Amino acid sequence: MLTLLFDGIAYGMVLFILSAGLSVTLGLMNFINLAHGAFAMAGGYVTVVAMNRYGVPFLAALPLAFLITAAVGLLLERTLYVRFYGRSHLDQVLFSIGLVFMAIAAVDYAMGSSQQLITLPAWLQGRVDVFGVAVGLYRSFIIAVCGVVVVVLQLILTRTRFGSRLRAAVDDQRVARGLGINVNLIFAATFAAGSGLAGLGGALGTEILGLDPTFPLKFMIYFLIVVTVGGTATITGPFLAALLLGIADVAGKYYVPEFGAFVIYTLMIVVLVLRPHGLFARAR
Amino acid sequence: MTIPHPPATRVTAALARRGRWRLPEVAFWALALAALFLLPGRYLILNEIAILALFALSLDLLLGYSGIVSLGHAAFFGLGAYTAGLLARHGVAEPVVGLFAAAGAAALVGFATSFLVLRGSDLTRIMVTIGVALVLGEIANRMAWLTGGADGLQGIVMGPVLGTFEFDLWGQTAYGYSLAVLFVLFLLARRIVHSPFGLSLCAIRDNPLRAAAVGIPVGGRLVAVYTLAAAYAGVAGALLAQTTQFVSLDVLEFHRSADVLLVLIIGGTGYLYGGIIGAVLFRLVQDELANLTPQYWYFWVGLILVVLVLVGRERVVATLAAPFAGLLRRFGRPVREA
Repeated sequence: MLTLLFDGIAYGMVLFILSAGLSVTLGLMNFINLAHGAFAMAGGYVTVVAMNRYGVPFLAALPLAFLITAAVGLLLERTLYVRFYGRSHLDQVLFSIGLVFMAIAAVDYAMGSSQQLITLPAWLQGRVDVFGVAVGLYRSFIIAVCGVVVVVLQLILTRTRFGSRLRAAVDDQRVARGLGINVNLIFAATFAAGSGLAGLGGALGTEILGLDPTFPLKFMIYFLIVVTVGGTATITGPFLAALLLGIADVAGKYYVPEFGAFVIYTLMIVVLVLRPHGLFARAR
Repeated sequence: MTIPHPPATRVTAALARRGRWRLPEVAFWALALAALFLLPGRYLILNEIAILALFALSLDLLLGYSGIVSLGHAAFFGLGAYTAGLLARHGVAEPVVGLFAAAGAAALVGFATSFLVLRGSDLTRIMVTIGVALVLGEIANRMAWLTGGADGLQGIVMGPVLGTFEFDLWGQTAYGYSLAVLFVLFLLARRIVHSPFGLSLCAIRDNPLRAAAVGIPVGGRLVAVYTLAAAYAGVAGALLAQTTQFVSLDVLEFHRSADVLLVLIIGGTGYLYGGIIGAVLFRLVQDELANLTPQYWYFWVGLILVVLVLVGRERVVATLAAPFAGLLRRFGRPVREA
């Protein structure tokens, strides 16, 4: 029971890292980016290639996944995404679906369609008993890493000048621009960081989510659930939503496997219909 | 005795003018009919095009005429396919009965879920429509005893259409059947969009607030058109199930919803022929690409999508269609400034 909870929390943490960037894209630029999962997949494949082909150790592969994905994100933001900020949602959806299709086919072409595996270092394998609860070492590692990331994100957002500018831009873009805040620059930086985080999440999640070319489509709905249910105003909203989703998914698959993902989809629809701005959104 | 209201007569006249049949339209359908006799050996792809065209037509009712962005339209397509497939498998061999049942089932679910898409922004609608399709897909997957699950629904045996036209091996009957259904439903859709009801839908699409202010019951109209579009998609799915005699979970998958959106975008929204022209282009291009790179043709589909929206889909379609602009206008395509 507690093991289940623990696994759910680890799963939810990874989901949060994966979706954090999306919540900014959606909240700041009102951009529906269905291709967010493609960045996560990129991070996963960077890890796989680095570890299996070049023998990079796991701990070094993680920052690599973050950096490379962030660079790709920055490049795409400056060249393509920036043209779509003012466009209709339909255009954004079509554009990002196109990107997803391209990413899936390209990865399929380059890496094959099979599941990719990585070998974790020995000190991350296995389980230990903590007060009678079997705790997976790798999952504790994930929770630790993600916990640090969450705290750092929260500190950046609330304690730094960049964070206050970002929050100002999310709250009211026009006024922020009027005050001389360079919203475009902030957005480019945030987009890159968000893509990098997605890449990091993809790298961490390779072991527990699985990694194959259909990753962006398979998990697209999960990212969107985290963001829409959590709301885009804060970090804590998506964080709680991701934890809930992770725990609910793991518990649902364990206790009522015959329903599968049914529970989550239904819950999402109910939440969206009752609270279109998310479960934790402030009243506007 | 009532004296006709001048604005009302003007509107009626305008609607009648827009609804008049034009020569190219007649030629278009004559061509489609001619293909039934002149293109032997291509019936399978023609049949697929007709089905895809009907599916895109149903999405056009939502997107082109009412402005509802749906990314889960495959829900109703798949529902119709399973309804028709299951009926045929359990002894109802008459295809037309299957069509009505599929339309009914899809309309029912469409009506029930339409209240979910009434509220919220584009994003909420996209999420909810995806969610509905996912839930249905999950149900079909879990109810393997009924639907065959991942193995697909096998053992569908169809009787002759209306008791006279036996399905043949080459698919001539299949194409003729799909084309006839497409044509009948197209006529119905054409009548609907050129009625005051259709005009009110366009008003809602252009400005929901103002439409409500002039007294159009926005919610009711959207429920109605969503139900109608669901029924159309259900019929398209039923056609697929009946003519291929197989249904798999594939009919409910996300890429089908995305594909049909692309088809409609290629052809252009809001003039009914967009879905049909888009279906022809999409299938031909897909066929070529699949021959070129069998496994990776989705890459090119993605590229086309990205380029299309990057340059501006209106502009691309307008440029490509420029030589046919006069012709397309005669199809009733709305003229927009580029």
